[in-house]
Amino acid sequence: MFDSLSEGLQSAFKSLRGKGKLTESNMREGLQTVEQALLEADVSYPVVEQFMQHVTERALGKRVLLSLRPHEELVRIVYEELVEILGPVDASLHLKKTGCTVLMLCGLQGSGKTTTCGKLSQLLLEQKIKPTLVAADLQRPAAIEQLHVIGRQLDVPVYSDPGEKDPVKVCQAGVKQAEANGSRVVILDTAGRLAIDQELMAELSRIDKKVSPDQVYLVVDGMTGQDAVNSAGAFNAELELDGVVMTKLDGDARGGALLSVKSVTGVPIKFIGTGEHLDALEPFRPEGMASRILQMGDMVAAAREAHRIVDEEEREKLEEKMASGEMTLDDFKQLMEKIAKPGLMGKMMSLIPGMGQMKEMLDNEDVTGGVAQTIGLINSMTKAERRDPKIIDAPRRARIAAGAGVQAPLVNQVVKQFEQMKPLMKMMAGGSAADRMQMMRQMQSGGMAGNPMMNMKVKQNTGKRLSSAEKAKQRKQREKQLRRARRGKK
Amino acid sequence: MAFWRSKKDDAASTSSSEGSTTEGEQTGVLGRFRQGLKKTRQVLGTDIRDLFKDEGRLVDEQFLKDLFARLVRTDMGAGPAAKIRDDIGKRFRARRVEFDEILDAIRQQIREMLQQERADLKWAESGPTVIMVVGVNGSGKTTSIGKLANFLHKEGHKVVLGAGDTFRAAAVEQLTVWAGRIGCEIVTGKPQADPASVAFQTVEKAVESGADVAIIDTAGRLQTQTHLMSQLEKIRRVAGKRCEGAPHETLLVLDATAGQNAISQARGFSEAAECTGIVLAKLDGSAKGGVVIPILEQFSLPVKFVGLGEGIDDLARFDTDAFTDALFTE
Repeated sequence: MFDSLSEGLQSAFKSLRGKGKLTESNMREGLQTVEQALLEADVSYPVVEQFMQHVTERALGKRVLLSLRPHEELVRIVYEELVEILGPVDASLHLKKTGCTVLMLCGLQGSGKTTTCGKLSQLLLEQKIKPTLVAADLQRPAAIEQLHVIGRQLDVPVYSDPGEKDPVKVCQAGVKQAEANGSRVVILDTAGRLAIDQELMAELSRIDKKVSPDQVYLVVDGMTGQDAVNSAGAFNAELELDGVVMTKLDGDARGGALLSVKSVTGVPIKFIGTGEHLDALEPFRPEGMASRILQMGDMVAAAREAHRIVDEEEREKLEEKMASGEMTLDDFKQLMEKIAKPGLMGKMMSLIPGMGQMKEMLDNEDVTGGVAQTIGLINSMTKAERRDPKIIDAPRRARIAAGAGVQAPLVNQVVKQFEQMKPLMKMMAGGSAADRMQMMRQMQSGGMAGNPMMNMKVKQNTGKRLSSAEKAKQRKQREKQLRRARRGKK
Repeated sequence: MAFWRSKKDDAASTSSSEGSTTEGEQTGVLGRFRQGLKKTRQVLGTDIRDLFKDEGRLVDEQFLKDLFARLVRTDMGAGPAAKIRDDIGKRFRARRVEFDEILDAIRQQIREMLQQERADLKWAESGPTVIMVVGVNGSGKTTSIGKLANFLHKEGHKVVLGAGDTFRAAAVEQLTVWAGRIGCEIVTGKPQADPASVAFQTVEKAVESGADVAIIDTAGRLQTQTHLMSQLEKIRRVAGKRCEGAPHETLLVLDATAGQNAISQARGFSEAAECTGIVLAKLDGSAKGGVVIPILEQFSLPVKFVGLGEGIDDLARFDTDAFTDALFTE
């Protein structure tokens, strides 16, 4: 998410690293690169200036210049400043103990308010709270219908009044109805508006006065540029925001607007949206975010994401099977299906330290296509074959391959892959959390970055068919030997 | 710029007998363009006039730094901003300059950067002209299509809409409302239907009913979602099956509030969907949309239309001069 910003900072520090001794002048050069990176990451100019002032003051202090590892010291300063600006954290919705809590979402057009409404509902449902949604966007055609569709998806009541033209009244009536129904939470979905549209901003503050929501959140598009300071400032002045939700951070947006919004409003960043699906909302953590900015990875988020993919009961069952080594191809398929969800795997991978590169690889169509193919292949097996793949002989293999529309050798390959994964999974499921963490680290340090997939294989592949990566490796080795031989002749 | 003007006049004269009214509309549209952008200045004070005192100002480090800050605020990016700053520095350093002098120099530079070949729509030689509209989530695709359809409808073209966003909740309904407002035909598929099939049906409908234009909506997607980007390729392919050369135009809708990520959007969508132009939406806010400058430089993707509000008439052809002026002044 913050990859581009991280890259920029990393290259800035790389140039520092090469210089060896740090002087005030080359430190300034490094700082300039940091500034450039922040601007390219869409952090607003005044915020960049402010940030750089803090960093420069600290970076030019004696401690940094005299320290043995000045670039690390500088990374630390930038990290700390980032955490300081982005924090403190407060992902609570501050629900009232009794009565009905009213949340209001506002923001520019297309920032993702309605989708965020759905995501917040999903989050509340996970806590066994059923919210009421109020469709107060009377501007955009079919916005009400959109909220109804989301309501039906989640089985959450949606209040709307198509005849009413005044959003203030819709909100009042919606809250009243929710209270009557005993809802603990009401979420008001307001229309998108420009911060400079005085009429609509006044309307928003009328809703604020008449309905007095307990929490007002600004929804900001993660791709926003320099304008973030203006719009966020205007919304905050009109409404006194209680929090910020930043959306669309699953793409390659650098998300620097988050710094701008935070520094201009001063209100906590509550959540970040990381996908189109309704469960793609994460509580915001400044440390995690700052680590990601500096490409240090984020273990906590990785663990949490892993929990989300498989629900608790399923996970226990699966782990049991994995630990006992009784896992069948059916379970394998189930796991693959979870992983094959668009973007999910890549998302997880990017969260694990050092696996940034692997994400790119998995985003590759060939790989996700491969997952789909594997699932299709297992689907064409009989139950008996899935339980015990050893019974698959030549005719069975041909039948499976024809059923899945693939070449027969691929069947062997998938079965082999599964057999190789089994002991690895057993190990992962068997150990304690600490063991697993340890293993993850080992996997990473063991040259994971080069070609991670190859390390997954526990046994040596003895089959004739080599993957392209293996072929490339062999080719490299051959060339190396050839070079050596040539040198020998000389 | 004379080229660009004459192009427009051509369009005006070819649109038959209503020459005079089109002329009137032109100033109306331009006026609206300016009107929409005017709000910006009032709030932002990005008018670089603020940098000057009555007696002019000395071009020194501080001046160049201030100028850079103003330039960056338009979202044009640090690179182009530095380029303009350095150029001004080279030409005017240590001189006392008047506001107009500097503004002219900047205008000149940006106009050069914004030099674009074709701002008009590319029409099919025969049969309906198929326009596909793509963009990231929430950039304003559906609203832009509604306004564009109205724009073309008013020019006397028969328009068919294709509700190809089968993913987002109620996107089809949203476009249907627009079709009703304009009074044009719309082709819809079932929710979660294959967007390519909707595109095919839309083109087919346009061919059969003898429409001039078919505009196909697509679901919002991020340029990093490779599987969704390849879906765009498929939609293009399928649309081309029913009608030779379709889609004739693929317009990328960019949100004017977007920052440097818009460059990545332009790259990703150009690669997957071979975009032929840009619709710069939401230019009526406090954002300047300066990011089209680096986009034009890097991908030579011309800006064809700008969105200036949520009303049905809030769409205008892009005008380089008005845009350049609006970046810094009223």
